[in-house]
Amino acid sequence: MDPHRKRQTRLVAALTAALLLAGALIYTSFTASTQAREPSQLARSARAGQSYQLTGRVVPGSIHRLGAALLFRVRDRRGGPSIPIRYTGAVPDPFRDGREVIVDVRREGGVFVGERDSLVTKCPSKFSKAESRQT
Amino acid sequence: MPALGRACLILAVGIALYGVVASLYGARARRREWVDSGRRSVYALAGVLTVAFAVLEAAFLRSDFSFEVVAGHSSTTTPIAYRAAALWSSQEGSLLLWVWLLALWSSLILFVTRRRAREVAPYATAVLLGLAAFFAGLAVLMADPFARSSPIPADGVGLNPLLRHPSMMIHPPMLYSGYTLFTVPFAFAVGALITRRLDAEWIAVTRRFALAAWFCLGVGIVLGARWSYVELGWGGYWGWDPVENASLMPWLTGTAFLHSAVIQEKRGMLKVWNVSLVLATGILAVLGTFLVRSGILDSIHAFGASTLGGPFLALIAVMVGGSVALVVSRRAQLRSEHRLDSLASREAAFLLNNLVLIGLCFVILWGTFFPLISEAVTGTKAAVGPPWFDRYIVPLALMLVLLAGIGPVIAWRATSAANLARSFGSPVGVATGLLVVLVAAGVGRPAALAMFCLGAFVAAAVAQEFWRGVGARRAVSGESPSVALAALVRRNRRRYGGYVVHLGIAVLFVGVAASSAFQHARDVRLSPGQSARVGGYDVTYVRPTSRLVGEKISLGAVLDVRRHGRHVATLRPTRGYYPSLDQPGLGAIGRYFDGQATSEVGLKAGPTQDLWTAVEPDLGPLQRFIAAADRRFSNASPDLQGFIIAAIVQRYQDAPPPATFRLIASPLVTWIWIGALIVMAGGIIALWPAPLSLRARARSARAAAPAVSGEPERASA
Repeated sequence: MDPHRKRQTRLVAALTAALLLAGALIYTSFTASTQAREPSQLARSARAGQSYQLTGRVVPGSIHRLGAALLFRVRDRRGGPSIPIRYTGAVPDPFRDGREVIVDVRREGGVFVGERDSLVTKCPSKFSKAESRQT
Repeated sequence: MPALGRACLILAVGIALYGVVASLYGARARRREWVDSGRRSVYALAGVLTVAFAVLEAAFLRSDFSFEVVAGHSSTTTPIAYRAAALWSSQEGSLLLWVWLLALWSSLILFVTRRRAREVAPYATAVLLGLAAFFAGLAVLMADPFARSSPIPADGVGLNPLLRHPSMMIHPPMLYSGYTLFTVPFAFAVGALITRRLDAEWIAVTRRFALAAWFCLGVGIVLGARWSYVELGWGGYWGWDPVENASLMPWLTGTAFLHSAVIQEKRGMLKVWNVSLVLATGILAVLGTFLVRSGILDSIHAFGASTLGGPFLALIAVMVGGSVALVVSRRAQLRSEHRLDSLASREAAFLLNNLVLIGLCFVILWGTFFPLISEAVTGTKAAVGPPWFDRYIVPLALMLVLLAGIGPVIAWRATSAANLARSFGSPVGVATGLLVVLVAAGVGRPAALAMFCLGAFVAAAVAQEFWRGVGARRAVSGESPSVALAALVRRNRRRYGGYVVHLGIAVLFVGVAASSAFQHARDVRLSPGQSARVGGYDVTYVRPTSRLVGEKISLGAVLDVRRHGRHVATLRPTRGYYPSLDQPGLGAIGRYFDGQATSEVGLKAGPTQDLWTAVEPDLGPLQRFIAAADRRFSNASPDLQGFIIAAIVQRYQDAPPPATFRLIASPLVTWIWIGALIVMAGGIIALWPAPLSLRARARSARAAAPAVSGEPERASA
């Protein structure tokens, strides 16, 4: 095969592979992603069994332990109605009243059950002046 | 003093802007004195920013609360080492650190190249000073580190307890050094594109800075992972958090550049690729800084001040637009001088390695920004989690480790079948042998199995290269093995340092694979005397512990760890509680128990397995005592309040409620840190200056062929 044709073939093969991989990446990211929701949205329209990524603020005074499970309530950053969470798994150190959290949940009856080890608490460590004023 | 610091910052903006104008005018008008003036303005910038940095650092050390930023991030009770580090825990201080480091590195590169790259350097100076003007301008206009407190508080808020870890003193400066050092090759690439001097000179003059950037960023990333593992109480070292990803992306593209730059130096190939990589790395470094401050993505890290997002977006837009325009307009000068001769060559292996690294970077970029992408496409914000990342990262990491073994042993240009057999026979034999042993031992996870075998392949390939190199030297010189090894490395630091890095990467990935695939984790609730089993260990909660150190209440547990009935360790995980400063509704006593908590993990680290333990005491039974104390002792003297707190803490120890424990047994975690240390050692070998005689020879070679790009300067690496 002449060198020019060989280079073209390589280029086409490489581009095809890159396109296929990019397609797979895009497809799987849309199908495997978890919808991000705020507590007020979930309170209105959460479907049972569907997984959501919940982002909100821990209601002060709502944290309780029940055996190995952690019970707490989360509301929107701007306030509004709160929803109950039952979570089991690793609890990050920054977790406490008033902190913003991200947790994957499913609705089971009137409670939202957190996926094990999915709780993330925003660390107030960096650049937290504005944050601490809000809390 | 705040006035002096602010004056220095304003002066810095003025100097930077002057330097941009002087450098550009000098370059366009070919006026050497203006070019020199532009370069000297970088030195002046470094000087005034050093004064500004010193003023702020002194304010932190002296606990001068007339500085608003000191009052907001430090206190008289903050230990002195953490007071020094508190400077970069603030938005304002971290911006000052960024621009100060940028000025220092810029001064260093422009001093080193004052007689080299004469056409490119003025434009590079203008780019570096432009970036400095941007960051110093942000500090002056939007995040003033020298703002005054009004009124001046008697004491400060203190450094966030989560940041009171030795890593706080090194991790952020290393990350920022990495980011700022990567702007040096970025600036010189822009200069080379503007002047169309697209031979390998800009790569040669910035090579060590790119390597230093890669080194510092890598050290920063590993320190962050280690910090997360031992401090944050969740037992992991990497969580695919946007801010973590932001530091990894420029490191990946920087790694790709360090490999592909060798091909341009040796063969005059991949010019478009190299400038694109360097430009992308510089942009990703700024993007990382932007991600931490903009708050556009949900992250474990907080983003209090989001007002800086707009200016950063504008800067990134200018950098992306300018880079694309420059590369497209210079594509004729960026043509390769040679073609790829064979797919069985080191060039091809490096190219593949680059594609894998860019693939990794793209996957991480896509996953990180997917919430924004999904919102733009579907109107709904959605996120991808670690399983999605793992689906792509695992195969790409396997390919990367495979190539880390192929690269060192395959020949340049083309390799015959006989050579391939000679080069790869032993490494493939070692990997195959390990595969047989592991399969026979019943190791069943295919991805982990593959990574173990590829790790062995890399180790064997690297060992073979050292063996052959030492053998060749001994055959010529008759030196002893140790002398021959030292001489071999000394004369080829970049090459053999690189091999050591490859070995370290393989070791690190073996640790990641083992600890991910074979980890055992349990969350258990135990009373004193009760036991739980995890990963072959029997862990018994022996007794609670309690301490009162300064303002910190520390509640914990003594754990007895046994394996096959034999005592192997006694672990003491604790949880520290710092008094709350931001919840005014809490009582005088209650605030000591409801403040920020931090975990001190109980860790039994070993070469084969780590046992990681964290405790979460149940404060529920203490609440009625705390509430009663709040009612009765709110206005009591501090001494009496301290006595009451001590009594409540003692109550916990006397009548301990069940505590929740997280127990994790992870195999080979230690090898992640050992691998990182090996990588660092390799990086230091590669960075270490070559002997004077070799540098002189390299200079002669450059002088003899100033315009020729292709000749390597291996020894001067």
